[in-house]
Amino acid sequence: MLGFLKHPVVVTAEINVNLVVLTVMGLINRLWALSYPRAVVFDEVYYGQFLSLYMKRIFFVDDSGPPFGHMLLAFGGYLGGFDGNFLWNRIGAEYSMNVPIWFLRLLPALTGALCVPLAYQILVELHYSHCAAFGAALLILFENSLITQSRLMLLESVLIFFILLAIMCYLKFYNLQKCSPFTAGWWFWLLLTGVACSCAVGLVFVCCLLRVKYMGLFTYVLLLAIAGVHSWHLIGDQTLSNVSVLCHLLARGLALVVIPVAMYLSFFYIHLALLYRSGPHDQIMTSAFQASLEGGLARITQGQPLEIAYGSQVTLRNVLGKPMPCWLHSHKNTYPIRYENGRGSSHQQQVTCYPFKDVNNWWIIKDPGMQQLVVSNPPRPVRHGHVVQLVHGITTRYLNTHDVAAPLSPHSQEIACYIDYNISMPAQNLWRVEIVNRESDTDVWKTILSEVRFVHVNTSAVLKLSGASLPEWGYRQLEIIGEKLSKGYHQSMLWNVEEHRYGKSQEQKEREVELHSPTQADISKNLSFMARFTELQWKILTLKNEDTEHKYSSSPLDWITMDTNIAYWLHPVSGAQIHLIGNVLTWASANVATLVYVCLFLWYLLRRRRKICDISEDGWWLWVSAGGLCLGGWLVNYVPFFMMEKTLFLYHYLPALTFQILLIPVVLQHLSDHFCRSQLPKNTFSALMVAWFSSIYLVYRKLSPLTYGEPALSAAELRALRWKDSWDILIRKH
Amino acid sequence: MPLAVGCCQAESGPRCGGLRQRRSRRAAAGGPSRPPPPARAWAPLEAPVGVWTPLAFVTLLSFASRFYRLSEPPHVCWDETHFGKMGSYYINRTFFFDVHPPLGKMLIGLAGYLSGYDGTFPFQKPGDRYEHHNYIGMRGFCAFLGSCLVPFAYLTVLELSKSLSAALLAAFILIFDTGCITLSQYILLDPILMFFLMGAVLSMVKYNSYADRPFSAPWWFWLSLTGVNLAGAMGVKFVGLFVVLLVGLNTVYDLWELLGDLSLSLVTLGKHLLARVFCLILLPLALYTAQFAVHFAALNKSGPGDGFFSSAFQSRLIGNNLHNVSVPEHLAYGSVITMKNLRMAGGYLHSHWHLYPEGVGARQQQVTAYLHKDLNNLWIIKKHDSNTDHLDPSYSVEFVRHGDVIRLEHKESSRNLHSHQHEAPMTRKHFQVTGYGINGTGDANDFWRIEVVGRKAGKLIKVLRSQIRLTHLATGCILGSSGKTLPKWGWEQVEVTCSPYVKETPNALWNVEDHINPKLPNISLDVLKPSFPEILLESHMVMIRGNSGLKPKENEVTSKPWHWPINYQGLRFSGVNETDYRVYLLGNPVVWWLNLVTIGLYLTMATCAIVAMKRGVHLTAELKELSEVLLHSGGQIMLGWLLHYLPFFMMGRVLYFHHYFPAMLFSSMLTGITWDTLLKFCAGCLSFCSMGRKVYTYGMLALMLLIVYSFYLFHPLSYGMVGPMASDPNSPMAGLRWLESWEF
Repeated sequence: MLGFLKHPVVVTAEINVNLVVLTVMGLINRLWALSYPRAVVFDEVYYGQFLSLYMKRIFFVDDSGPPFGHMLLAFGGYLGGFDGNFLWNRIGAEYSMNVPIWFLRLLPALTGALCVPLAYQILVELHYSHCAAFGAALLILFENSLITQSRLMLLESVLIFFILLAIMCYLKFYNLQKCSPFTAGWWFWLLLTGVACSCAVGLVFVCCLLRVKYMGLFTYVLLLAIAGVHSWHLIGDQTLSNVSVLCHLLARGLALVVIPVAMYLSFFYIHLALLYRSGPHDQIMTSAFQASLEGGLARITQGQPLEIAYGSQVTLRNVLGKPMPCWLHSHKNTYPIRYENGRGSSHQQQVTCYPFKDVNNWWIIKDPGMQQLVVSNPPRPVRHGHVVQLVHGITTRYLNTHDVAAPLSPHSQEIACYIDYNISMPAQNLWRVEIVNRESDTDVWKTILSEVRFVHVNTSAVLKLSGASLPEWGYRQLEIIGEKLSKGYHQSMLWNVEEHRYGKSQEQKEREVELHSPTQADISKNLSFMARFTELQWKILTLKNEDTEHKYSSSPLDWITMDTNIAYWLHPVSGAQIHLIGNVLTWASANVATLVYVCLFLWYLLRRRRKICDISEDGWWLWVSAGGLCLGGWLVNYVPFFMMEKTLFLYHYLPALTFQILLIPVVLQHLSDHFCRSQLPKNTFSALMVAWFSSIYLVYRKLSPLTYGEPALSAAELRALRWKDSWDILIRKH
Repeated sequence: MPLAVGCCQAESGPRCGGLRQRRSRRAAAGGPSRPPPPARAWAPLEAPVGVWTPLAFVTLLSFASRFYRLSEPPHVCWDETHFGKMGSYYINRTFFFDVHPPLGKMLIGLAGYLSGYDGTFPFQKPGDRYEHHNYIGMRGFCAFLGSCLVPFAYLTVLELSKSLSAALLAAFILIFDTGCITLSQYILLDPILMFFLMGAVLSMVKYNSYADRPFSAPWWFWLSLTGVNLAGAMGVKFVGLFVVLLVGLNTVYDLWELLGDLSLSLVTLGKHLLARVFCLILLPLALYTAQFAVHFAALNKSGPGDGFFSSAFQSRLIGNNLHNVSVPEHLAYGSVITMKNLRMAGGYLHSHWHLYPEGVGARQQQVTAYLHKDLNNLWIIKKHDSNTDHLDPSYSVEFVRHGDVIRLEHKESSRNLHSHQHEAPMTRKHFQVTGYGINGTGDANDFWRIEVVGRKAGKLIKVLRSQIRLTHLATGCILGSSGKTLPKWGWEQVEVTCSPYVKETPNALWNVEDHINPKLPNISLDVLKPSFPEILLESHMVMIRGNSGLKPKENEVTSKPWHWPINYQGLRFSGVNETDYRVYLLGNPVVWWLNLVTIGLYLTMATCAIVAMKRGVHLTAELKELSEVLLHSGGQIMLGWLLHYLPFFMMGRVLYFHHYFPAMLFSSMLTGITWDTLLKFCAGCLSFCSMGRKVYTYGMLALMLLIVYSFYLFHPLSYGMVGPMASDPNSPMAGLRWLESWEF
């Protein structure tokens, strides 16, 4: 029973001093004078506004990526007790006392510092020497661009950290698996630790990095590919039984696919749970989504009757909402008799789409067979396929379309509110309601939820937002047209009811008063999490900001040679400034290493095909796996940018750069192992290495005033630092 | 029943030992001359008929289906308005510009010329009647090439799968697909493109099949034919690049296999490599270049496309104002000039009354680069400090010299070319360029220093030949065209900026093209004629720019790549109203959905086969052969489908349904191979009873009948419909409107 007591309890600790030293150095080098400058630096202005919204629990949409990154920054703000009250409007603005800037910058700095030991560990797991690993860590440590990026409230260093962590975890898992003999107990242990600890923990972070920015996705794909190759070897291993292969695959599937997906969802869940107040980006979302937020639309729509009935007063919002969200609108003014280009119009009342709430956005749903404009008791709901008339609330005119060309889109029909001029142009004001997202053909038209097409009965034209804005006579409001050649479904043809109430007054005067009064409310409609998630995800993916060039934006080709830099901050008086500038020597070496690797790889590959082996089988696989990881990591994080039409900055290159840097020690060790066979070249090589590392340190020291923002340099010193003509270093003119 | 069992066992031994071991990854050498394979469970459909009779049969069917009602409708349909027009340009030898390379249009022009079309029909818009003009020649040519697709597909599948019924199935799918028929019946580039594309695939497959007899005559023949077809495909549309990629990947794989074959010496390997470099790279390049040479030689008259090209290029064209030009040679003050940017496809310096919109720099008059000739391209050179009218006869002529400070006044609006330290609209690093001032009175920001590259101060400036740089005096920036297209407010013209980064690029250089000065004598100038490589490069730059310029507009309903395989929506070729003769480009839904299902089926089968092999499952020789066909041959075709489909997801330009048709060809061939393999597999599994044979035979027959019947249902889509629209329940087609998005 108490057998375990027979042995003494022994704790053996093994500390890798290298790791400790590297971590401490990383922390010193990233955290030193962290709260300087106490001013908004570059993109802090961008992340800061979201941070403030987080602190105030206000909903927002950011198209740059999933919300996890903002959430992490907000966590820093939470630790520092930030109340969110700061106006993020200008780079260089001094922070007020309530901004705990040290805490806000702490998390990126910590993750940035931890990248240093991670680099070390990755090389060790790749079976490279501790010497090479130490070199890799030093290169990361003295890389100015990584330091700049991690010392500020920016997300790149967090992203890089998670990327490296995921890679490291996977390598650990893979190495563990290889040394396990195939017994039930070992297998179980492997599955449990390998998958649950290394893999699961690691891949929890893979999915984290997915969230930070979609850039993480590239590394995720790389990791999946590597895992795929490994699994493929596993399938080919005929010593394993079918069942165990299946278990292996399932375990990997769970760790690499299911857990990341679940985590991804959970981050959105937390995001949506935290941000429950309506805010500046509400308008982008559909009415249903807005109604689920506190304040804003929910305040108005609460307690609206759900089902549209004959006599309902409604506002109709275009579902697409591009170029801007707007509501179907009409006003007293008529279309000009002749347009600028000489074409004629019907001269009837204008119908437009108006991006602001207005009493003129109200329409009444009328039964063509009856005169009354109020809801009967009990209300008669409008269903899919019913024919209705739409009466403009304030002017009591009927929505009408006819064979007259629309003002800006001559191929479509004009939409107007009908005025009887007593000419041979009869009213054609019957519209068929088609609920597009119906479940059955007898569905009732519902407030907010139903997306509806209005099909003109006489001409089968569809009410559509053309996206063009009218000239002066139409007050620059958006044009509404009747699309005759409806090519399938497009969201610009869909409308949903946003505000809704049952009309009570038949008389015009009373009705105007009624229209001006706010709607009352009591019940709230809740959207399921999945519905909200899909909508938000879709908006994030499709939202397009006007992408215009920025003063410091650059093209991917400039990045390799670092032909560009970004000025982050300039001291208001002195010449102190912060730039995103990399360690030139490291970047150049990384490029050389890449080139050497590719050439050697191709050379070996072709020779091996002819069965000539220059290096041992083990050496070859070491070379391939390390290169595949580093070079692959560089490629997947770099090449996709060539296909992007976004505004790109130098800092987008940093994840790729990290991988490229890891390749340097790989190549160096290979060279020293295979090309320096006798003692003399070995010694020369070591001497060269020492010289090279010291020059990297020197370059780092030289550029550090631009990295840390202090000390302030004189104009002459700054000019001397302008090593490349294309660098933009700010020199004050006095 | 005993027969089936017996033959399976009998064949496995000798066949595998002998023929297949020479090159295990390939299907054994074959072609029509191969002796008929030993009888198997699925033999009855294959052996007796031979190969040529079915080929003749499908070819006949194919031609019949394509040429039936070819002349209907007798008016311009859809893109005929472009390609017919371009054919006419060739006949008239008028220069034009198009985003596609010239081969396809040249062939159309040639066909028209040979069939007696005189190039006078204007092809203004779809729906125009042809009247007496002879258009049948051009349509017939396209239909002929379109009909060739079927025998090509037949031969390719036959070569790949060695199965007659697979080849027949693929051929049937293509013959009876309404989409392929419609697309082949009009004056379009697609049948020509698909002809070369399928030709390339067929010849690639053929030369692969001669791998055991390299450097033999047929091997050389098919290899070089592949090259010829590649050049053809590239020369019709740039989409041909995908088939080049396919052949390229195939060749790399091929070479890789050869490299691993240690029995081949390095010299032999070198020969292999050189043969491929020659036939698949050099030969197509030469042909591709040659067709451009023909293009430029054929079009020697000025036409609508001149402005897209540089001044030097235009001087080649008869009728252009630069042809045998006679202008004053040196610039003088008071001269009216146009300035053309020297970057490839750069425009003329242009301005118009419209202002930059609010929020885009200063609200002053826009200055852009414009590719067309226009009165708004005219500028007057003035002295920076005086506003005298130099054309006044009382003044003597004063020439502009290198290094002078000048002012450029826009002739139409009398505003000066102006720049200041506001951000340019697109290139934010540069400064904005505007038109400023009233009647020539502006401020110091209107002054520019004019310099000629590689000249000394004080020299005169020559028209056309001098490369001019304009430096802004106040800020030191250089006038240039960034090549970016302005948004709608700028009429999608090209941005002009002032760049503070002094770099010697053609973007920042200009030359004077038109030059009007009545006080100077006109001198006939022999402008430097551009060399052919320069013209070639330039026209490619212009084409690439044009292609990337085809962006979809906001709120426009566009076709999405994911619509295509599911046949979600067609294209209206002709006719809108109920009384019109309507043709609607839509694939035969049965065929297309069969193709779609087959892709899933193929992936499943291939995965099963590959995993089984990897796990070392013992397969019978028969199954091995099947999986070989499935993985190797099917894989090639699948790769072709992927290469012709996936890239469209990444394209920013406007996409149309017909872009899917090359991929659809591959998809159809894959269907043939996959179902053949599947049915053979089923037959093999059931070979213990007589069911096996029947399953195979009846399965194939059922598929073919299904295809024919669906064609019978849907044939009005291609051969024309009259009467009420299908959305009307009274229409005969109403029952066939299976998807709401179809509009026929």
